[in-house]
Amino acid sequence: MTFKYNNVYINETATITGPYEAKGPLGTYFDKSYDEFYFGKRTWEEAESKLLEDSVDLLLSKIDKTKFDIDLFISGDLLNQITSSSFAANNLKIPYLGIFSACASSVEGLIIGSNMIESGQIKNCICSVSSHNNAAEKQFRYPVEYGGPKPKTTTFTTTGGASAYLSSNKSNIKIESSTVGIVNDMGIKDAYQMGAVMAPACADTLYRHLLDTKRDVNYYDLILSGDLGKYGKDILKDYMKLEYGIELNNYDDTACMIFDINKQPVYSGGSGPACAPLVTYSYIFDLMKKKKLNKVLMIATGALLSQTSANEKRSIPSIAHAISLEVVK
Amino acid sequence: MEKNKYQELVKKHTPKENRLYNGMLAFLVGGLMGVIGQFLVEFYSSILEIPTKEAGTFMIITLIFIGCLLTCFGFFDKWVNFAKAGLFVPITGFAHAMQSAALDYKKEGLVTGIGASMLKLTGAVIIFGVVSAYVFGLIRILLFGGQV
Repeated sequence: MTFKYNNVYINETATITGPYEAKGPLGTYFDKSYDEFYFGKRTWEEAESKLLEDSVDLLLSKIDKTKFDIDLFISGDLLNQITSSSFAANNLKIPYLGIFSACASSVEGLIIGSNMIESGQIKNCICSVSSHNNAAEKQFRYPVEYGGPKPKTTTFTTTGGASAYLSSNKSNIKIESSTVGIVNDMGIKDAYQMGAVMAPACADTLYRHLLDTKRDVNYYDLILSGDLGKYGKDILKDYMKLEYGIELNNYDDTACMIFDINKQPVYSGGSGPACAPLVTYSYIFDLMKKKKLNKVLMIATGALLSQTSANEKRSIPSIAHAISLEVVK
Repeated sequence: MEKNKYQELVKKHTPKENRLYNGMLAFLVGGLMGVIGQFLVEFYSSILEIPTKEAGTFMIITLIFIGCLLTCFGFFDKWVNFAKAGLFVPITGFAHAMQSAALDYKKEGLVTGIGASMLKLTGAVIIFGVVSAYVFGLIRILLFGGQV
């Protein structure tokens, strides 16, 4: 399912991160970074909500608007029952849609917002996502201070809140089209192999996007997958070649960009709903504004498991949503 | 692509864990822990004149205390991650697993947090430890009789 848009723009973005992201190679591109994990809150879960609220507040101040000017707030995160988003929405008091497709939530939000703006139902909206390393570790893996050895394919959840302001007012970055993904399951059960879990979903969405838009893969200056990690990236390249005969050249993965994989203790790279938008809204948008990139396809990928489904040894389904971003000439 | 074919592709791109290195490291660190333990036993029995059998218990308590304390300070996880099973298998690993869970859940309350979740990782060790002690104790009695 691919949608085309004529008048949807990302006017402004706000990115707030934790300490590991600040020390990473893109540290200087983020709007604000904290140097610890609580941000003055009592728990990590409260801290994650604060990240979201902070990013929305910062975004509002950047566009010089108040929350009463915003028609819709769309947000998602990883914690049980997306509490980070809903608790932030409770403080923001903007009409709210809570969404979940794990680490693909960012693009899901952009697609919903774009469709509503294109149809004229709303004038503008804010699309946000968040993730918090310690809160996610506690929920999905082991206690934070627990040092059990992890395999090299593990990813490291990013700490951050990322928000984007969408409207029909023309600005330099346009949302050109989007493709909604299909849930995919290749029988991988290992929750430490998220790259392998999500690569086929990413490939499928990319292939169908190219098919629907009748484009060649080289149409895009950059194809950006959202958090497959170092090994997942290689799997995707091989899979695209074997399954569809498509060679990926202008391709990178946000998991490998947000951290320095060789120097930081992040195993095969970053993950979490915030990973893809943090990289895209800061570094990639900067390149786009400088006209070094004109057409970017952002594909956010999500693994749709729960602790219960993992314990019951069910294989992990995954999804990927794509959004095409273009510089307005 | 077929699922099994895809799994082969994934296998091709899955990095090998360095088992020999990890094993050697665990052997050395684990051995070192044994030396420290023995040193503590000697210390308690010869300097503080505690009977050797009880000195063993004192040694265990000391190691558990140190494991928990270092977990709270926040660097024992890095050591365990580095030394792998060397610090993971001995009694320090058990203390570390229990303490780290307690730290995570303390904000969810004394009963619903620490009480309910402290044994999240180690509960299985206790359960299967007790069950296997029972089974092997029974086998021993049936085969060799009840005499110590």
